[in-house]
Order: sequence, then C-alpha cells, then structure tokens
Amino acid sequence: MTDGLHAITVTINGEARPLRVAPSRTLLDVLRTELGLTGTKKGCDVGDCGACTVLLDGTPVNACLVLAVEADGAAVTTIEGIAPAAGQLHPLQQSFMDLGASQCGFCTPGIIVMAKALLDRHPDPSEEDIRFGLAGNICRCTGYTKIIEAVKDAARRLAAAPPPAGR
Amino acid sequence: MHPFAYFEPTTVDEAIALLARHGGDAQLMAGGTDLLVEIKESLRRPAVVINIKKVPDLGGLACDEAHGLRIGALVTVRAIETSAAVSRLYPAIAEAVREIGSIQIRNRATLVGNVCRASPSADTLPPLIAAGTVAAISGPGGARSVPLGEFFTGPGRTVLTAGEIVTAIALPPPAAQAGASYIKHGRRRAMELATVGVAVSLRRDGDVCRDVRIVLGAVAPTPIRATAAEMLLEGRAPDPARLEEAGCAAQDQSRPIDNVRASAAYRRAMVGVLTRRAIAAAWERTT
Ligand SMILES: Cc1cc2nc3c(=O)[nH]c(=O)nc-3n(C[C@@H](O)[C@@H](O)[C@H](O)COP(=O)(O)OP(=O)(O)OC[C@H]3O[C@@H](n4cnc5c(N)ncnc54)[C@H](O)[C@@H]3O)c2cc1C
Ligand code: FES
Ligand code: FES
Repeated sequence: MTDGLHAITVTINGEARPLRVAPSRTLLDVLRTELGLTGTKKGCDVGDCGACTVLLDGTPVNACLVLAVEADGAAVTTIEGIAPAAGQLHPLQQSFMDLGASQCGFCTPGIIVMAKALLDRHPDPSEEDIRFGLAGNICRCTGYTKIIEAVKDAARRLAAAPPPAGR
Repeated sequence: MHPFAYFEPTTVDEAIALLARHGGDAQLMAGGTDLLVEIKESLRRPAVVINIKKVPDLGGLACDEAHGLRIGALVTVRAIETSAAVSRLYPAIAEAVREIGSIQIRNRATLVGNVCRASPSADTLPPLIAAGTVAAISGPGGARSVPLGEFFTGPGRTVLTAGEIVTAIALPPPAAQAGASYIKHGRRRAMELATVGVAVSLRRDGDVCRDVRIVLGAVAPTPIRATAAEMLLEGRAPDPARLEEAGCAAQDQSRPIDNVRASAAYRRAMVGVLTRRAIAAAWERTT
C-alpha cells in the first residue's frame, strides 16, 4: 500500500492552515514538527501522560492519539492559543506563575489546556472536580498541590474578571 | 508510526465493502485509543486503517425507561458518562465509564470500541453483560444480533467474522425494582486498568433477590458469569451469611493469572470481597 499524502486544512489557534500529511502522522507530530508549535509536549506518545493535551473543537484530547488527517476541518487550540492577546497571559498562566505551580514545566502546557477545558465547563470547581479533571495529566515535579491551588486561584480571578475570548 | 493507507467511509455499506476488500490487512478505527497505541507499539501493522467516524448512521445515544439504552458505534465514553439519563437508569454503566482512563481518553474512546477490543480487563464489559446487552452487527452477509454474554471468545477475540462491524449495542429497559453496580479494583484511583472488576444486576422481590447476574472482569480470558454465586442468591435474601457464600462461590469460579498488576492469589481474594460489596451495592439501589 502506498502512503500517499492527504491535503487537509486545520484551523490552529484561529488561523486556517493548509497542510499535506501522511495518514500515519499524529496531530501532535504535525503541530510540533510541521508547524513548529512546540509548546505542546510529547511525553509518552500513548495517551498516558497528558503532556500533549490540546482542544479539538473545544474538547480536550491527547494529540498523540489523534491522526492529523482526522483534524481536517476542525479547530485546534494549543497552549500557544490560550493567552488572550500577544503580551497578555490567561489567568491560568498568571496563577501558575504566581503560585509556583510549574517546576521543570514539561507538564504545564498540557495541564493549563486541560484546566482551561475544566474551568470552561465548571467555573467554580471543587478540589475533587479539579483532581478528577486532571487525572490524565502527570507531573513528576510538583506533587500536584500547587497545581490544584493555582487552578482554584485562576477560577477566582476568572470569576472576578472574565477575559476576552481566547484565540 | 508504521505507515498505512487511510479511508473515511460515509456509510456502513461502504465501510463493510472496504473491510471485505482489504481483509486481514485492514483495521477499523473508531476513537483510536486502542488501535493507535497498538500500531505505535508494533502490536499491529495494518496496511489500511478505516476510520468510521464519518458514518452518520453509527452515531446516536438514546436512553429512556420505555425503550432502554441504545449506544451507536461512535458514541464516546464521555458522552455516556455525562448523560443524566444513563446515570439515573443504568448506574453500573455510569460507574464503569467514569473509571476509563482520563477525560482526554474518554472524549475519544467509544464504548463499542471498548467492547470490540475485547480486553479481559475492559471496564464496561462486566456491567454491559450483567445488564443483558445485545450487539447489533452488520457485515457482508447481512445483519445479526449477538448477546454480549456470547460475544467474547478470548483475549482480544470476538465472534465477529471478516467484514463485520458492530453498529450499536442495546440494553433492555431496567426492570421494576432493579439494582445494578460495578466495582473496579486497581492500585490507584485513576488512569489504571482493572485488577479485578465485578458487576452485579438484580431485581428485588420483597425481601429476596431475583434475576441475579454477577459478571467478573480481569480474572479469566474473557469476562465470566459467576453462575454458582448467582444460583446461591436467587430467591434468597442477601443477608451477610449469603453474601459470604456467594463471594466464596465467585472466587472459586474465577481463573485469574499472575501479571504486573497483581498475583492470581490476590485477584482471587479480591473477587470474594468485591462480589459481596457489589451485591450489597446493587441491592441498596433497589429501594
Ligand atoms: C491511556 C489509556 C488509558 C485507558 N484506560 C482504560 C481503562 O481504565 N479501562 C478500560 O476499559 N479501557 C481503558 N483504555 C482503553 C479504552 O480507551 C479503549 O478500550 C476504548 O474504549 C476503545 O474504543 P476506541 O473507540 O478508542 O477504539 P479503537 O481503538 O478505534 O478500536 C479498538 C478495536 O476495536 C475495533 N473496533 C472499533 N469499533 C468497532 C466497531 N464498531 N465494529 C467492529 N470493530 C470495531 C477496532 O478495529 C480495534 O481493533 C485506556 C486506553 C488508554 C490509551
Ligand atoms: S504524549 Fe500524549 S499523553 Fe503522553
Ligand atoms: S513541573 Fe515538571 S513534570 Fe510537572
């Protein structure tokens, strides 16, 4: 069987990107290699760690378990598209910095994207909601406590001043 | 990843024709959470991947007291988890789906894919079998229905023949005074495959149990009915002595193996404990 390239268009962080991809390429590899969006991390490549979490039409998924061809016509939000505008931070990003919720930072993009999806759905999450929501995001450094505090802090900031819609 | 040709059929007939044309070289893909991992780990090397997500006829989640629950092949585990009707009418199914992987995984994984992968430790199989679920199958030779209790033939093996697709699964409406439960036992609370899973469904008739079904997961090559334990409970009150006997009977019927997650002896002991707890939990829900 030939491995012919497929022409697809994916809207990435608000911008339509025409691409030609082999069907066996994952969305994760295309984001990182073809598009240079290396904020999305590759930890395990098999769905276990959550470092590759992106929003696919608003839904959090592991980009390592999505084929790029499947994203044809879809809208993808990566960590690069979370901040409301250049030079500004999303409240989650600010809270993670202020509360020291990131150490080596490898897990942080995936956790922030997942936490955004969580807060979009539950603006006032309980600690249990946060733990349940982030169960698929592994952090080897922080011990999770500061991450959970930062998500709570961001929820408070968002309730006080909702930001303009992300890109 | 090993290269493959890729197809996106838009009808069930087209998907079946593609499967028939490419035979053993082709793999169906729904959510891809098992298939893509297996390709990456070189456990499978399909020349052709047939993504069925663009087939509108395979969608659809319908749940009500009168007709029961019908789950199309493309319905994600997360859609079932977040359905209020499923939580109310099929609590054991709701318990099982929220145990699968992470939200990211559940947003992609389908319930029918969990069934078709036929892993001995798959969380949804015990409660689906206990609920009397039937699979609707379409293939080159037409359509047929198979109860899930007869669907699994070994680890990763099912009764599906070449070119066949499961289009949906259907659960009968819950009986009056029915109760059901699923308990998953693992080493930690999330992102963990089951060491043992026990599902129970039963009906309360005054003080006694009727129509008891007990299904054990991860302790045999396929999910198995604990028939001896079911018989001990049928027409009896689930008092502590009876629960003890039923737990021992289920334990005797299990055929676990040693693996990285637990020893066979530990699994067998847990079958006893969890069977008692799952019966008690199902009984509680009948009131
Ligand atoms: C990180 C991670 C954690 C997980 N944790 C759990 C867990 O805790 N518990 C658990 O039970 N599972 C777990 N799983 C596995 C679970 O995600 C899968 O079993 C899932 O439900 C399969 O559905 P899918 O749509 O992704 O199937 P796919 O991967 O698309 O397909 C699986 C298999 O079924 C076949 N197939 C799919 N649909 C059909 C159909 N309609 N007709 C015929 N054949 C079909 C495919 O050809 C393939 O062989 C986990 C997976 C990952 C990656
Ligand atoms: S890289 Fe995708 S989950 Fe680990
Ligand atoms: S900060 Fe290092 S893995 Fe989370």
